[in-house]
Amino acid sequence: MPLDRRVLLKSLTFGGVAATAGAVPALARVRKVAPPRAMGMLYDATKCIGCKTCVVACKQANDMPTEPGPWKESNLYDAPLDLDGKTKNIIKLYREGERTSYVKQQCMHCVDPACASACMLHSLHKDEVTGVVGYDPTYCVGCRYCQMACPFNVPKFEFSKAVPKIVKCELCRHRVKDAAIRGADGFTRYPKGQGPACCEVCPRDAVIYGTRDELLAEAKRRIAAFPGRYFEDRVYGEFDAGGTQVLYLAHVPFEKLGLPKIGNEPVPQTAYAVQEGIYYKLPFLAPVGLYAVLAAVAYRNRRAEAVGAGEKEAKS
Amino acid sequence: MSAHTEFHTPVGGRLMTRPFMVLLAIACVGAISAAYRFMNGIGSVSNLSNGYPWGIWIAIDVVIGTAIGCGGYAVGLLVYILNRGKYHPLVRPAVLTSLLGYGLAVIAVVIDLGRFWSLWKVPIYVWRWSHSPQLEVALCVAAYNLVLLIELSPVLFEKLRSGASSGLRKLAQSGLTFVEKSFVWVLALGLLLPTMHQSSLGTMMLLPGPRMHPLWFTSWLPLLFLINAIIMGLAVVTLEATFSAAAFRRPRETAMLASLSYVGAWIALGWAIFRVLVVALTGKLGYLASGYGIAFIGEVGLLVVGAAMLLSEGRRSQPVWQVRAAILLLLGGAMHRVNTYLVAFNPGSNYSYFPAVPELLITFGIIAAEVAVYVAAVKTFPILRGAVPAKASS
Repeated sequence: MPLDRRVLLKSLTFGGVAATAGAVPALARVRKVAPPRAMGMLYDATKCIGCKTCVVACKQANDMPTEPGPWKESNLYDAPLDLDGKTKNIIKLYREGERTSYVKQQCMHCVDPACASACMLHSLHKDEVTGVVGYDPTYCVGCRYCQMACPFNVPKFEFSKAVPKIVKCELCRHRVKDAAIRGADGFTRYPKGQGPACCEVCPRDAVIYGTRDELLAEAKRRIAAFPGRYFEDRVYGEFDAGGTQVLYLAHVPFEKLGLPKIGNEPVPQTAYAVQEGIYYKLPFLAPVGLYAVLAAVAYRNRRAEAVGAGEKEAKS
Repeated sequence: MSAHTEFHTPVGGRLMTRPFMVLLAIACVGAISAAYRFMNGIGSVSNLSNGYPWGIWIAIDVVIGTAIGCGGYAVGLLVYILNRGKYHPLVRPAVLTSLLGYGLAVIAVVIDLGRFWSLWKVPIYVWRWSHSPQLEVALCVAAYNLVLLIELSPVLFEKLRSGASSGLRKLAQSGLTFVEKSFVWVLALGLLLPTMHQSSLGTMMLLPGPRMHPLWFTSWLPLLFLINAIIMGLAVVTLEATFSAAAFRRPRETAMLASLSYVGAWIALGWAIFRVLVVALTGKLGYLASGYGIAFIGEVGLLVVGAAMLLSEGRRSQPVWQVRAAILLLLGGAMHRVNTYLVAFNPGSNYSYFPAVPELLITFGIIAAEVAVYVAAVKTFPILRGAVPAKASS
């Protein structure tokens, strides 16, 4: 009997450890890659003049409410300071001494988005064809785990509403239609009104729209054409955070522009290696096995107790 | 559980005592704040922001609240799995504390969720389920609330059995028989579910990876959270048993609590050593020389000091030291959870968070309601061990 129990306890311990421990990240998940028709944007900070036309166009295209200014006693609106429940796209100026650069902020449309990984019912979901990370409030419970998860601090929540939603750039997916034409220069052209509003109105082509592959090729062409112009001669988002579909070129360090140095590992990697290692690698084997062991041990203990009590009664 | 029912009796006595009314008043203030939040949005009562989307409602009411609700889990493991039948009298009040902790965590979640009316879709829309660790937590917590209700249902059936109506008596008897028959299957579920969601509560904070302080970002977080829940659960059982005995003049379980605390102390020491080892072996000791170091030393230190108190046999056989140690262990465990969910989370220097007054009032209201329901329940239902000293139950 004591040996039995030891065996049971041992298997129980192993079951518990297997069901919980981070000892399983060895079972790493398969790296996600951008779909072949992944759409994205390329923002070139060296071209941006900070006119903020894109900010206005974004608000119009998405029917966004106006943002009250910081001035208390006037009706002056719409000089948003940051992304929030009323603003999906913003231009900021970085300045440090003589060095300046504009930067555009909106959703990065990650190849492996942490926000969508956080979402319980795929309310935030990555489109299988375009790779655009869209939002459907129907399945959103407003838990804001997406906000916790996003390393770029992009999804915003309407804190002042009784019926709130998550607000984020969806790459104007409501405007985009499949009417693109391949231009003579090999670059795809999109008819007016059928691409992201910010790209359409930019007077300097500082932000352009296209497939991720084309944009990446264009970015590399610019780096090759202008040696020394771009920071580290690299494209932010090619590999960062597992790759993003919005790509950046800049002449100042990316982290100065609010693009964090977070390595090439997709953000959900560790959490998913643990979660999928425990529950999905061998589908639900760990919890079912643990349940069986717990039930067996409890059953055995209870019967032993009942027998013991019976013996006691018989003796007295 | 039901094999030992004869030992449990209701405390009885007047319900509307002054402290009870104070508790109700605090709960009412919380309810008013919550009503205001439902009308005007989360921002109207809280300091939650786009930088700190989660605050004390999640970190305290849910993450710590469910750990406090792990008393039933921790004692259940001891009694039914490690076969320590002597702790049996602690089970029923512990399960009540668990039900309150988890039930009120669900209320806190509903207050915190921006679109709570869609919550019913989470267990129903199976075809939309993701692999999010939070989905695992949500489903397990919901299921565990049901399990706790079943585990506690004999309390209601026993009350009904002594009632007047013969129909009700028959119903209660068949209910008791059903719970008795399905006992092992429900119990195993009651031990499995906390194992799953308490560890997943740790996994959840792996997702904000780059925004987590390295001292708290470790893939051992699920295991740390699971063991932490057991430490806190045992500490809560000690406190709850001691205060109930004092407040309701029930027999003290001092000897039993001494050995229970001793178990808890070794688990806490093991946790603390493991926590420091993981940080040391991953080369993160350098981070201790910062403000975060204080938070880290706090969560480990409280556990070590609390556990050390209990290592001396002379001390741990005295209720006052049991209580002191339990408070330290509870604080240490809670600190690890607040650290992981709030302190270690860094959305950038543009944001700061400290709870607003109405936000705090809601949390206070939830805690007050928890204590009030506990008092009302033990006075009305057979939950605590009776004043008549019972025979050793193992």
